[in-house]
Amino acid sequence: MDTDYKYEPKNGLTRWLDSRLPLMRFTSEHVLQFPTPKNLNYFWTFGFILTMCLVTQIITGIILAMHYAPSTLLAFDSVEHIMRNVNYGWLIRYIHSNGASMFFLAVFIHMFRGLYYGSYKEPREVIWILGCIIYLLMIVTAFMGYVLPWGQMSFWGATVIINLVGTLPLIGESLTQMLLGGFAVDNPTLNRFFSLHYLLPFIIFGVVLLHIWALHVPGNNNPVGLSVQGKQDTVAFHPYYTVKDFFAYTVFLLLFCYFIFYNPNALGHADNYIEADAMVTPAHIVPEWYLLPFYAILRAVPDKLAGVLLMFGAIAVLFFLPWLDTAKVRSGRYRPIFRYFYVLFVIDCLILGYLGAQVPEGIYLFLSRVTTIYYFAFFLLVLPILGRIEKMKPMPIGISNSELSRDMVAAE
Amino acid sequence: MSDTLDDDKPTRRDFLYITTGAFGVVGAASVAWPLIDQLNPDASVKAVSTIEVDISSIEPGSFLKVAWRGKPIYIRRRTNEEIADAEKDDNLNLPDPQKDMERVQKKEWLVVVGVCTHLGCIPIANQGEYEGWFCPCHGSHYDISGRIRKGPAPTNLEIPPYEFVSDSLIKIG
Amino acid sequence: MLKLIKIKSLILIFSVFFALSNEAYSAGGETYDLIKPGFSFEGPTGTYDRAQLRRGYQVYREVCASCHSMKQLAFRNLSQKGGPEYTEDDAKLFASEYTVIDGFDDYGDPVERTRILSDRFPNPYDSKEAAKASNNGAYPPDLSLITKARSGGYNYIYSLLQGYGKEIPEGTEISDTLSYNPWFPGNGIAMYQPLYEESVEYEDGTFASIEQMSADVTAFLAWSAEPEMEERKRLGFIVMSFLIIFVLLMFFTTTRLWKDVH
Repeated sequence: MDTDYKYEPKNGLTRWLDSRLPLMRFTSEHVLQFPTPKNLNYFWTFGFILTMCLVTQIITGIILAMHYAPSTLLAFDSVEHIMRNVNYGWLIRYIHSNGASMFFLAVFIHMFRGLYYGSYKEPREVIWILGCIIYLLMIVTAFMGYVLPWGQMSFWGATVIINLVGTLPLIGESLTQMLLGGFAVDNPTLNRFFSLHYLLPFIIFGVVLLHIWALHVPGNNNPVGLSVQGKQDTVAFHPYYTVKDFFAYTVFLLLFCYFIFYNPNALGHADNYIEADAMVTPAHIVPEWYLLPFYAILRAVPDKLAGVLLMFGAIAVLFFLPWLDTAKVRSGRYRPIFRYFYVLFVIDCLILGYLGAQVPEGIYLFLSRVTTIYYFAFFLLVLPILGRIEKMKPMPIGISNSELSRDMVAAE
Repeated sequence: MSDTLDDDKPTRRDFLYITTGAFGVVGAASVAWPLIDQLNPDASVKAVSTIEVDISSIEPGSFLKVAWRGKPIYIRRRTNEEIADAEKDDNLNLPDPQKDMERVQKKEWLVVVGVCTHLGCIPIANQGEYEGWFCPCHGSHYDISGRIRKGPAPTNLEIPPYEFVSDSLIKIG
Repeated sequence: MLKLIKIKSLILIFSVFFALSNEAYSAGGETYDLIKPGFSFEGPTGTYDRAQLRRGYQVYREVCASCHSMKQLAFRNLSQKGGPEYTEDDAKLFASEYTVIDGFDDYGDPVERTRILSDRFPNPYDSKEAAKASNNGAYPPDLSLITKARSGGYNYIYSLLQGYGKEIPEGTEISDTLSYNPWFPGNGIAMYQPLYEESVEYEDGTFASIEQMSADVTAFLAWSAEPEMEERKRLGFIVMSFLIIFVLLMFFTTTRLWKDVH
C-alpha cells in the first residue's frame, strides 16, 4: 500500500541501527503508522483479539507442559496434579482449556466478518487462503490438545476421528496404523499428539505472520468495501486502532474471565473427568462445541466414506471462496439479496452445531441433511449465481463520505 | 465557553489516558505473577519437605539413613566413647573449626546431611581415618562429629534443621 | 439490523449451552427432574460449609470408603484452606488410621507404616479386578472427581443417593443384582442402597437422615472435585471488578481518542 509516511531515524543510534537492521523502520511503518481505513467497525477488532488468544495459548501451554506427563499411565493424574498442587495450576489450565473455546469463538466471528464484507475478494485472496490454513491448523491443534488430558472423551474422540481415516480406500488401514503408531489409540498416539500439539501453535504463529504480511500489501478491507483513495480515508494504526482493538479485547476478556472463574467446565464434557478406559465407551461421543457443525455434516450422510469426504469438503470449499463468489461489490451492505442468504447461512451453521450434539435419528437426521445441503449450496450455488444477477444498492463514492450515503440508503 | 473547554481538555485527557495506562500496567503485572509462581515448589513437593523419623530402633553405635528433600540424612546414635572422641578434638586446629557441642542438640544423636561439601558426592559412613565418614570421590575424611579433617572438602557436613518431637521422634525440615 | 442479528446469534449459541446443561431423567414413562436442594457453594460468591464438609467426610469414611477410592486426595488436603479445614493434628490422626507399604527392608520384605499427611487416601481394593470381583462385576468408580465427571454434577449425585426404595414402574425390568434408581442411566444400578437413616452417628450431633447424609457427602465430593473453588471465586471477583473498571476506562479513552476522526 502506498503511504505518505516514511520513517526518519532521529539520532545517531537509530540511524546506525536502521542501516543494519531496520527494525524501528519496520515497526514504525507496519505497526505504528500503518495507514488503516478509518471506518472499520468492531468486527475488525477480532484480528487483534485472535493474536492475543494465540499468545495466551502458547504461554499457558508452555507452562502446562512443564507439569504434564505425556504417558497413558500418568497423563490423567498429572493434569489433576496441575489442578490441585501446582501454584495457580488450576488457573493456568482453565485459561488454556477455555482459551481454546474463546479462540474458536473469535475465529468464527472473524471469518463470518470476512464473509459478509467480502474481505476475501481481489486483491485479498491470499490473505483469505492463509486464514483458511490457520483455521485448519487450529482444528488439528485443538483436536490433539483435547486428547492430552486422557479422559474418556479424549480417548474416544481420538478413536472416532482417526478411524475416519480408515474409510479411505486402499491406504486407509495402513495410514490409520501410521497415525496411531499401533492398532488403537495408546501411548505412542498420546506421545506424538503431545509433540505435535506443542509444535503446531508455532507453525500457526508463522502463518499468522504471513497472513499479516499479505494483509499489509493491499491494506485492510473496510465495511463499505471500497479501496482507500487517499490520506483522508485512513488513520494511523497507533494509537487509533491499538486503543480500539485493546478496548474490544478487554470486553472479550470479560466473557473469557466469566468462564475461567465462574463456569470453567461449562464448555467441556463431564466424561473427560473420567480417566480413559479402552474397554468402556461413553454413551454419546461428542467433540468440543467448535467442531460440532463438522461432526453434524459427517453424520448426515449414511455412507461413511462420503461423510468423511463431505466433512473435509466443508473446510476445503472455504479455500475456493474467492473464486466462487462472482459479485463485483465487496461489502454485503450493498447486496440486498446476499444479506438474506448470508443470515440464513449463519443460522444454518448454528443449527449444524446444535445437531452435532444430538443423536442422528429421525428429525435430527433430516434437519442435518437439510442444513448440510444449504451449507454447500451457499458456496456452490448461491454465491456463484447471485453475484451475476443481483442488483446492488447505490454505493457511496468513497470511504470518507460513506456515512452520508448510508443515511441516504436508510432513508430509501 | 469554548475557551474554557479548550483549556480544560488537555489535562482531562491526560488524566484519563494516564489512569487507563496505569490500569493496563497493573493488570499486566498481576497476570505475570501466577505465571512465575507456578515455578515454585508445588503443594505436593512442600508436603514432603518436612519428615518425621522414628529413631527408637537405632542401637547405640549404629545409624539410620533417610531421604530428605532428595538428599540422604544420617541419624547417628553415638556411644559414649564416640562422644568422648569427638569432644577430645574440639580444640585442635581444624580446617573448619567447630565444637562438637555446636553440632548436636543431644550429645547422643548426630544428624547430618550426607552430602560431601566438596563436590556433592555421598560419603560412606564408618570409614576413613577418623571413622566418621569417607568420601570416595576425592578422599575427604570426616570425623564422628561430621567435621572435615583431611582432604579437599572445605567445610564440615551440613546439619539440617531438625527438632526432637519426643525422645523417639525427630522432625527434619 | 445486522448487528442485532449477530448479537442475537451469540445469545443463541450460549443459550444452547445452558439448555444442554439442564437434563431431565425419564424412567418408565415418568420424568424425574434432578433434586436441587441448593448448596452453600453455589453462585458466584458461594463457599463450602466447613461443618458440612466434615460431616460429609465422615459419611465417606464410614460408608463410601469401603468400596470407593478417592485417589486424588491426600490427607494434607483435609487441613488445607478452602476445604474442611481440620487442624493439621486432626488430619494426621485421620491419616494414622491407615497403613501403607513404603519400600522394602534389608531382607527384601515390604515395610508397612502408618500413613502421614503427604500420603493419599487408601484404595479399598488392590486392583480394578479385585474391586469388580467384590461388587458383582461392577467397578465402583473413583470419587475424587465424581461431581465433575457426571452430567448434572453434584445435583445428580445428591439425587442418585436418594433414588433408592422407589417403586419400580410397570414394564421396567431390573436384574436381581441391580437396584432400581430412576436417576441412574438405564435405571438399574449395581450399587445397593448405601445410606439408611442413622448410617453414621455425626460427631456434631446433627441427625443423620438420608437427605442430610446425601447433602453432606455430596458437598464433600464437590469440594474434592473442585478444591480450588473458593480461591477461584475470590480471585474471580477481584479480576472481574478490575476488568469492569478497565473496560470503562478503555471505553472513555477510545471514544475520546476517536472523537476528532470524521
